[in-house]
Amino acid sequence: MMAYIIRRVFYAIPILIGVNILTFLLFFVVNSPDDMARMNLGMKRVTPEAIEHWKQERGYHLPLLYNASAPGADKLTETIFFQKSVKLFRFDFGSSDSGRDIGYDISQRMWPSLAIAIPVLLVGLLVNISYALLIAFFRATYIDFWSVVLCVVMMSISGLFYIIGGQYLVSKLLHLVPISGYDTGFNSIKFLILPAIIGVIGGIGSGTRWYRTLFLEEINKDYVRTARAKGLSETRVLFRHVLKNALIPILTGVVVVLPLLFMGSLITESFFGIPGLGSYTIDAINSQDFAIVRSMVFLGSVLYILGLLLTDISYTLVDPRVRLS
Amino acid sequence: MDETLLKIKNLKTRLGDADSPVYAVDGVDIEVHRGEVFALLGESGCGKSMTALSAMRLLPPSGCIIEGEAFLEQTNLFALPEREMRSVRGGRVGMIFQEPMTSLNAVLTIGEQIGEAVRLHDGGNPVGVAHRVVELLRAVGIPDPERRAREYPHQLSGGMKQRVMIAIALAGRPRLLIADEPTTALDVTIQAQVLSLLKELQHSTGMAVLLITHDLGVVSEVADRVAVMYAGQIIELAETRSFFRQPAHPYSRKLFNSLPSLGSRDRELAVIEGSVPRLNQRFTRCRFLERCSQAQDICSQQAPEWSETKAGSGVRCHLFDSLPGPQQPSGTAVSARRNVQFAGTGRLLEVAGLKVHFPIHVGVFKRVIGQVKAVDDLSLTIAQGRTLALVGESGCGKTTAGKGILQLIRPTAGSVRFDGAELTGLSTGKLRSRRADMQIIFQDPVASMNPRMLVGDIILEGMQAQNIGENRSQRQARVIDLLGQVGLPADAAERYPNEFSGGQRQRICIARALAVDPRFIVCDEPTSALDVSVQAQILNLLKDLQQQRGLSYLFITHNISVVAYLAHEVAVMYLGRIVERGSVEEVLQSPRHPYTQALLSAVPEIDPARQRSVIRLEGDMPSPSNPPQGCHFHPRCSQATEHCRSAYPNPVRLSQTRSVSCFAVNPDRFS
Amino acid sequence: MISHLVILLTDALIFLLLLLSIVFGIYASRRAHLRRPWGLVVRSRVGVGSMVVLAFYLVVGLLDSIHFHPLSQPADGAAEQTRSTEVISLFDSMVSGLRTRQEKTYSAPLATHLYAKESIELADGSTIRDFPRLQHAGVHLPDPAQKTADILKLSAIGILKGIAVSVVAVNTLIMLLAVKARSNFGEQARRVLLATGSEIPWRVVLVVLSSMLVLIFWSAELAANYHLLGTDKVGEDVFYQALKSIRTGLVIGTLTTLVMLPAAVMLGIMAGYFRGWVDDLIQYIYTTLNSIPGVLLIAAAILMLQIYMSNHAEEFNSLVERADLRLLFLCIILGVTSWTGLCRLLRGESMKLREVDYVQAATAFGVSHLQIIGRHILPNVLHIVLIAVVLDFSGLVLAEAVLSYVNIGVDPTMNSWGNMINSARLEMAREPIVWWSLAAAMIFMFTLVLSANLFSDVVRDAFDPRLRSSR
Repeated sequence: MMAYIIRRVFYAIPILIGVNILTFLLFFVVNSPDDMARMNLGMKRVTPEAIEHWKQERGYHLPLLYNASAPGADKLTETIFFQKSVKLFRFDFGSSDSGRDIGYDISQRMWPSLAIAIPVLLVGLLVNISYALLIAFFRATYIDFWSVVLCVVMMSISGLFYIIGGQYLVSKLLHLVPISGYDTGFNSIKFLILPAIIGVIGGIGSGTRWYRTLFLEEINKDYVRTARAKGLSETRVLFRHVLKNALIPILTGVVVVLPLLFMGSLITESFFGIPGLGSYTIDAINSQDFAIVRSMVFLGSVLYILGLLLTDISYTLVDPRVRLS
Repeated sequence: MDETLLKIKNLKTRLGDADSPVYAVDGVDIEVHRGEVFALLGESGCGKSMTALSAMRLLPPSGCIIEGEAFLEQTNLFALPEREMRSVRGGRVGMIFQEPMTSLNAVLTIGEQIGEAVRLHDGGNPVGVAHRVVELLRAVGIPDPERRAREYPHQLSGGMKQRVMIAIALAGRPRLLIADEPTTALDVTIQAQVLSLLKELQHSTGMAVLLITHDLGVVSEVADRVAVMYAGQIIELAETRSFFRQPAHPYSRKLFNSLPSLGSRDRELAVIEGSVPRLNQRFTRCRFLERCSQAQDICSQQAPEWSETKAGSGVRCHLFDSLPGPQQPSGTAVSARRNVQFAGTGRLLEVAGLKVHFPIHVGVFKRVIGQVKAVDDLSLTIAQGRTLALVGESGCGKTTAGKGILQLIRPTAGSVRFDGAELTGLSTGKLRSRRADMQIIFQDPVASMNPRMLVGDIILEGMQAQNIGENRSQRQARVIDLLGQVGLPADAAERYPNEFSGGQRQRICIARALAVDPRFIVCDEPTSALDVSVQAQILNLLKDLQQQRGLSYLFITHNISVVAYLAHEVAVMYLGRIVERGSVEEVLQSPRHPYTQALLSAVPEIDPARQRSVIRLEGDMPSPSNPPQGCHFHPRCSQATEHCRSAYPNPVRLSQTRSVSCFAVNPDRFS
Repeated sequence: MISHLVILLTDALIFLLLLLSIVFGIYASRRAHLRRPWGLVVRSRVGVGSMVVLAFYLVVGLLDSIHFHPLSQPADGAAEQTRSTEVISLFDSMVSGLRTRQEKTYSAPLATHLYAKESIELADGSTIRDFPRLQHAGVHLPDPAQKTADILKLSAIGILKGIAVSVVAVNTLIMLLAVKARSNFGEQARRVLLATGSEIPWRVVLVVLSSMLVLIFWSAELAANYHLLGTDKVGEDVFYQALKSIRTGLVIGTLTTLVMLPAAVMLGIMAGYFRGWVDDLIQYIYTTLNSIPGVLLIAAAILMLQIYMSNHAEEFNSLVERADLRLLFLCIILGVTSWTGLCRLLRGESMKLREVDYVQAATAFGVSHLQIIGRHILPNVLHIVLIAVVLDFSGLVLAEAVLSYVNIGVDPTMNSWGNMINSARLEMAREPIVWWSLAAAMIFMFTLVLSANLFSDVVRDAFDPRLRSSR
């Protein structure tokens, strides 16, 4: 098992290198640091000195790949590629274009992101699985039909509408919870409850429909007929046999996104003013802070690859066919 | 006490919705007596499984019972509330199904799955349940039951899984066991094990068995009484012995005559022309009318009623009492057919030391940690106009061998010489130009044709690739000609494969292979997906073509009776190697290798009067990635000695045509 | 009227796509295996219903994709006509009233007065603060109090017109069907309306078609005299904006797949068919691309595009062209982030297919790899491609709204539902709330996405044999 994990980690390295090179190309080669500086300083009346100063301050004055003027090994290390891209491998994110320590910001802002993402995931999973099981139990009846229609309708509504509508209804009309904001400790609950509920509701449509398909696929398999031929009741067939088999794709689908929960939700966080990594990213995009966007791209990739790794491992844990072969 | 256990009366079951109904079961009456084995015999799609599923109320969602009654002893099954029906299922009636691979839940252990059934019918004391699970596993002959109970289905072989299924079915101490094609997915040696287990259990528990099967051999082996189903109805009911001695219905008779065997190899097999009528109609005539050679006016005017011939047996035929006695198998005699004889001396195909190994890769750098030796040192020769049958159980590497010979899978080592020219190591381009000489016919008539192409284009494909025919119209004419040769109308070229039945599709595949004028064809189980009556058509066709064109066949199969009918020579394969080869008479009539002997003895005998002793093979075939040391067969061989464990026996030549790889075979003693 | 056609890049691609669909339609109609599932689609009531709705969206989108420089009419009429620098579409010129009737700022749907109070100079010279009358809505009314009656009257006229047109349309359709079926009109009408004897649920088609027509004529009647859905901050008609956004949504939903399709299909099949190092390489490419969170990749790419555009502003002739290029770029980058799923699916399917007997048989005939892929693999994965294209559509339309909200979507000057929501969001805090932009965008988007979702469900059920058998 350990050897397997190590092998998988090694497999991730070329992918991370690929991501790194890709982001380097995107951020430094498509547009030069001069262009960035000009953009950041405003287009009009930018003196070359100001550009040079801006670059100097942020370390963008170095050559891209090869520093001919530096001594020895610094020829390679005193470059933008090394300073800005290679260092990401050490999770050394450097400082943002506005001068803040990105690593510190991330470590501070991931907790609010998790505080909203984890409840949404867990409650959503519970709600969707229960609803899908209910539909599967009443399959090929009107309950099934109208539930699927409801799911399709719910997934046809833009996520933005759930948020805006929810804020308007709950906060503005009913004054149940504050519209937006955040606090520390238990005080944060009143800020988190609405976004969490909206997150769950927004996911019901697609989630339930997907799980329903999984359940129905399992229900048509031979082993279910065996279970019925044993004389098991329909609920026992569903819970013990169908659910247990369908949980394998469900769980592994969840495991993929687990690490990415750290990244938070862009839209929810910005609407509700939650100081997580999602709103951090949005702020960075809006203020065109390339250092932060670059760091988040790399972090996101690392977390995604971690998710893939965890998926493979979880497969070997939950599926006896994989575990014991 | 009433001796009727299960009584089904006038059962009618419909599949599909009311707009496009399929009357899968159309008025079936069955009585299963206590303690008997009652066989429901029929070809695929005749409604035999649906009958059983209807009785258990386990129909798929698209099916519904539209008429009829079913009584289990005094209980009216169709009037029972679902809750009580559940106690019947798995309690008074156990069921096992065709596919043991998919019929078990992959994520629960064997013990849990059996325990679940035990708990349901015996109550929930955990110690008692565990005890009973082990007891059941032992009863179905699973060695080391305590350990097996903790294992998952995928860790068991197919035969073991079917035993587990039986154990589940036995958990409620049923009075009736419904076995739906219990051995169809299993190899013949494993089938013999499972059948004898069923028989033993039936004797020891006194339960009745409703055996659903398409295999006459299985029926003759285990059944007391048999009902023949055709197109949704029972057409004949009889004691097994009298049925095999004197089948009454024209369909049953034809079925017997269409069976290939060593005795019938010199004549054409009787075939049942046409195919089963579609069941989406209401019949006002005999369902067998179009295929019956004895049909008379009345047959087309009204549907025949059930006629009792004697107590407990009957037939659904207008002519049951006017039909002549059992026919002698008809068919053109050998003298008429064997007029063209191709000299069987030249060596068209020579295979020497063929090895096909699949490396097992591991890790990022694809390190090779082992080899699956699918084919390991295989040598054979085939002369022009002759058929070599390659016989073996699933997983022995026979299909891989066929593909390796055709270079569809590039062999790891060895030589394949066709007509004197070496094929291995040829470049892809060079090989392409030689491909016309060698063709292949596959097992699955559905998968072997692109569903997106017209039949005409399918046959054309090879001609285009091999530049046969000068222009399109010439090729088109050839397509029509080929279709005629395989007995299909010319307009078949303008239709899609899914418009044809399995047998017709296999004919198209044969036409496709013939399109490039091959001299050698690998037939990879071409009839094993077909019903018996259709199998005969294909075998006749292959035999005819061989005589007309001097074709050579490598006939890959597990079906011994087909071998007996078609082959000139036989090679028996076990775990990637040929263990015995010789002429068909030599091998089938006096097998010398212990494996061949076991294999042949396991084939069910059609005539129930003939007794045979099955040589039980213990266990299953080992994995080709890790074959046993020494002789591959020694762990299952009753005659194995110390020598067998250490070295692989070289082939011992016994006659001009015959060799055996076994230390126990002594060439001197043989002569 | 049309003087000088302007072919924007996305216009060209849309019409290319239309052409491809027509060619594919002809191809499919000759192949039973493709015709049969489409037959199932048009026999489904949900299928035809959603198709009619989608058709209306499509017509608006296509009309809005023919761009030109309008001729500006000089005041005296005699002088030479000059070509305006502005670019408008055929659709714009059809609804020019909606486009040109600008108010000062917000006004509620069907209002006669502005949303905000202004200082109004009265006839006697004094000024008061009040809600001023709108310049283009309800101007024909001497007294705003008559508004309700007027609206009812206009509604009635619109609905009657709609019904009249529907009746004509229904009759024409029945007549065409009767001619095709070689039966007389009355019999055909009975068959269509009672839904017997005909497999295609024409009744649903007619009901949906008629309702849409009535709706259109009703809204046209009202929109000609009022701002049906109000006006936005700069006084632009919201109804017009919502209609204009249709094209943006359609472009995002369709061109994205068009852009990614060749790569996904080619690489997916190659990886699955050839295996070995080809497979390794392609898998590496898509795992790498996939590992970058989609939103961030889009954000990064759009940021870079913004920089490029602001530094090379001189390369763009007009704002429209610039916005169009950004739209196309957004499609491309969305395509880059979304092709991996289809690619992986196709890889798996090709891997299975290469072992299938008929491919083996083709190999045994010495058929070349290219021909095997073209003849055996591609036609047998086509249904997967089709399902993916249809399924992706609605997700992409929804994604546009979210991206535009984060400012990494379409150009802020372009009409899109995302931009409408984004701008309306800022006004949520106002009292009374400015809800109409938001509602309009949501309704238009919801209708499109819902019909697309329903349609894709039907298409998937029809084309995926595995799902069909499990029903």
